[in-house]
Amino acid sequence: MSDEAQTIPGLGAPADTEWETVVGLEVHAELATATKLFSASPNRFGGEPNTHIDPVSLGLPGSLPVLNEKAVELAIRVGLALNCRIQPSVFARKNYFYPDMPKDFQISQYDQPINVDGWLELPSGKRVGIERAHLEEDTGKTVHIGGGGRIHEAGYSLVDYNRAGVPLIEIVGHPELRSAEEARQYVSELRSILVAVGASDGKMEEGSLRVDCNVSVRPVGSDRLGTRCEIKNVNSLRSLGRAIEYEARRQIDQLTSGQAIEQQTRHWNEDDGRTHALRSKEEDYDYRYFPEPDLLPLNPSTEWVEQIRHALPALPRDRRMNLAEAAPSVDIDNIALAVERSMDELALAAISGGGAAERVMTHIVQNLADGSGQLTPEALAELVGMEEAGELTATQAKKVLAVLVEGGGSPQDAAQTLGFEAMDTDELESLVDSLIAEHADEWSRFCDGDAKLTGFFVGQVMKATQGRADGKAVTQLLNSRRG
Amino acid sequence: MTAVEIAAAVRSGQRSARSVVDEHLDVIAGGDADIHAFNLVAADQARARADEIDGAVAAGSDPGPLAGVPVALKDNLCTRGLATTCSSRILEDWAPPYDASVVEQLHNAGAVVVGKTNMDEFAMGSSTENSAFGPTCNPCDTSRVPGGSSGGSAAAVAAGFAPVALGSDTGGSIRQPAALCGVVGVKPTYGLVSRYGLVAFASSLDQIGPFTTTVADAAAVLDVISGPDARDSTSISEPQPPVSHTLADGIDGLRVGVLTELSGNGIAPDVAAQLQAAVRALESAGASVAEASAPAAVYGLSAYYLIAPAEASSNLARYDGVRYGLRVDGPSTPDMNTATRSAGFGDEVKRRIMIGTYALSAGYYDAYYGKAQKVRTLIINDFASVWERFDLLVSPTSPTTAFPLGERTADPMAMYMSDVCTVPVNLTGQAAMSVPYGVGDDGLPVGVQIMAPALGEPVMFRAAAVLEASL
Repeated sequence: MSDEAQTIPGLGAPADTEWETVVGLEVHAELATATKLFSASPNRFGGEPNTHIDPVSLGLPGSLPVLNEKAVELAIRVGLALNCRIQPSVFARKNYFYPDMPKDFQISQYDQPINVDGWLELPSGKRVGIERAHLEEDTGKTVHIGGGGRIHEAGYSLVDYNRAGVPLIEIVGHPELRSAEEARQYVSELRSILVAVGASDGKMEEGSLRVDCNVSVRPVGSDRLGTRCEIKNVNSLRSLGRAIEYEARRQIDQLTSGQAIEQQTRHWNEDDGRTHALRSKEEDYDYRYFPEPDLLPLNPSTEWVEQIRHALPALPRDRRMNLAEAAPSVDIDNIALAVERSMDELALAAISGGGAAERVMTHIVQNLADGSGQLTPEALAELVGMEEAGELTATQAKKVLAVLVEGGGSPQDAAQTLGFEAMDTDELESLVDSLIAEHADEWSRFCDGDAKLTGFFVGQVMKATQGRADGKAVTQLLNSRRG
Repeated sequence: MTAVEIAAAVRSGQRSARSVVDEHLDVIAGGDADIHAFNLVAADQARARADEIDGAVAAGSDPGPLAGVPVALKDNLCTRGLATTCSSRILEDWAPPYDASVVEQLHNAGAVVVGKTNMDEFAMGSSTENSAFGPTCNPCDTSRVPGGSSGGSAAAVAAGFAPVALGSDTGGSIRQPAALCGVVGVKPTYGLVSRYGLVAFASSLDQIGPFTTTVADAAAVLDVISGPDARDSTSISEPQPPVSHTLADGIDGLRVGVLTELSGNGIAPDVAAQLQAAVRALESAGASVAEASAPAAVYGLSAYYLIAPAEASSNLARYDGVRYGLRVDGPSTPDMNTATRSAGFGDEVKRRIMIGTYALSAGYYDAYYGKAQKVRTLIINDFASVWERFDLLVSPTSPTTAFPLGERTADPMAMYMSDVCTVPVNLTGQAAMSVPYGVGDDGLPVGVQIMAPALGEPVMFRAAAVLEASL
């Protein structure tokens, strides 16, 4: 629980000591295929309404689905990356009426999904179980015109079927997450995996990654799951965290005031920061699943699955482990950040090229947040070497780095162009001596033990040299002059 | 003239396709008011197409094996720009933007579409009385039903409106009307003919096939419309040998079984007598005949009336007033859906949607749909053991000859019973056809059903040719 949540009025004891939040996530990701799951229409975000359509994606009478092999391959990649078992699967029809669903049923996988029984490891090392990751088709989009976009007050509605039939993978995790922050880490890690294996672009803001959260609470120490509510319409990592915190708080308030939790589907409202009841369990659809007779059972050969396994790129978890091994003194958050920014290859190459790991990682984390541009691993290693040798100060190194990112080249040349030549000892000594003479008062206070004045003298040196001097060398010199 | 004769004459330049088409359009104009085989006669389009074919012949190219042959299409086969109604109010004005695969294949073979034929709404029925546009009459006796659901197609061929028609067969909808109208009707092996563009009734059972006056014509049409189609995932991916090449090979030495479950109880004596005559004809052509048994086949009708409605309840969900077809407005989208479907569907369609929805519902799935699928597996297994001992099976196609219009409309169970002989083969996916074989006591046609294992069409057609020749 965050501090924020604890400030909600009407509350007794602090939440985090008595209640535990339990979260299970269902993540839908659009697969990055060229065409739709069952037809040749383009799978592309946006476009004029109803231009990426054909008889199949419109569900016209007489049309039939034909499975897109690329979508199956991407689903298998996801399954392998999530340590799932890849099994023979069957498509099923999920029947319910909705205008943006052209056939009034969705082709999905039900009791025999393609991927089952996997796990995902969070950067913290915690493993979260994956129940299944199955293939299904997306729906179109309904736009309500008039009445401020609300369905009940709308004058009329328009449907855009461009998205109808876009391939989705639905990844169902076990309810093993214990906080909003863990849920955020899970989605963030899952997104990195989907992007790494080329299965999805993972853009939550464009809706290519969508998250439904099942939230329940229980007394700390209990091993029974509480009644859950499913939250829909969570469109960013930030709202994911907010929605879970709000919902857990709501349920705790309800339980502590003696009311039971009703199993519901709830809608997250970004504007008021609350979840609102959509429908109760009793009002839930009976989807009348049955095997899709227009498609054959899907039975990927072992050879194909192995071929896909061998072609898988390194996954974020492995990349973190590699980097952590190369930079053992760097903390895991910074390792994770480097991997998340896809800077781990650069870091590893610079380290194996002789760059000191800690300094390399400092640049990666602090100074390369906007990308590495033209910077080569060799140049980064060399730059770090120059810092280590005292040829560049930290401030100078940062400026040199900016030049290398912008235009490439070697750090020697860049330092020269910037006029960052290391000061020789004689030059520095005479400068320090003249400053001591110039600031006799400050010098005597420094000699009396006023440590604050170290900063004053270093500052004066930096000013006089326009940052060329090495702060550590100046401090050493001051101490030796004091005797 | 048969289709084979027409095509030969047109290809050789002896006759123009235009004269063939004009002649048939004249017969339709003169006769269809009494029969109502057609929902739509595409006269202008047919004449234009005939002229194209004549142009091709004049230019020295071959328009194909069905050059100039008039074809009537059941109104559940999609035709680009031409209304495809399924004889339902809900699709009354719907013209598809695409052609069914079989329509493309016929076109590429030089055939000329002359119109769309009447049917039981969404192919649900056995008499063509469930059409929203009124029943079709049997050309042999206009007080009788033509059978169904492809009654319009059967009647069109029987009345001479077209030498060829296509229908669809989900539980007997080609074979039963073929028998009642005295023409040849074929239900090919599931997957032999692409279903792309056939408006679905029950996807795991539906199959398109021809109606013709002769076995050779049926073979010629089947050879045109069969074959792999990438647009239908259930289409058989390997090309099959043509059936027309082996038509005259005879049946000497073939083992023919008379399927007792479909040939005893409930079969009218005059129909049974014709089956016996057919069996004698097969024997004298050199086949050995014995009784055969597939015990689970008696449960075929029960399983069928759960599986087919279950699939139909899902297939017909899309007629919701949102995208095409009828829309009856309402205060909300669900109200509009309900009003549209209430006004747009006839009683039999509603009955089956309700049965199917119930059979798939939570808590009932295992008892109904699940159990029906198990029965289907039993029937498949029973037939598999029969095929170890027999090359072909025979039975009546329909328990009776054509019944009077109106006789069974108030009694759905009596109507469903007319499919008792044809349904098992849809559940197994095997091939079957109906060949006219004499008449009953009322002078109306009787059909004999020949059944073959999956992809057994070549042998099945050889037996059909033998029966035809023995008359």
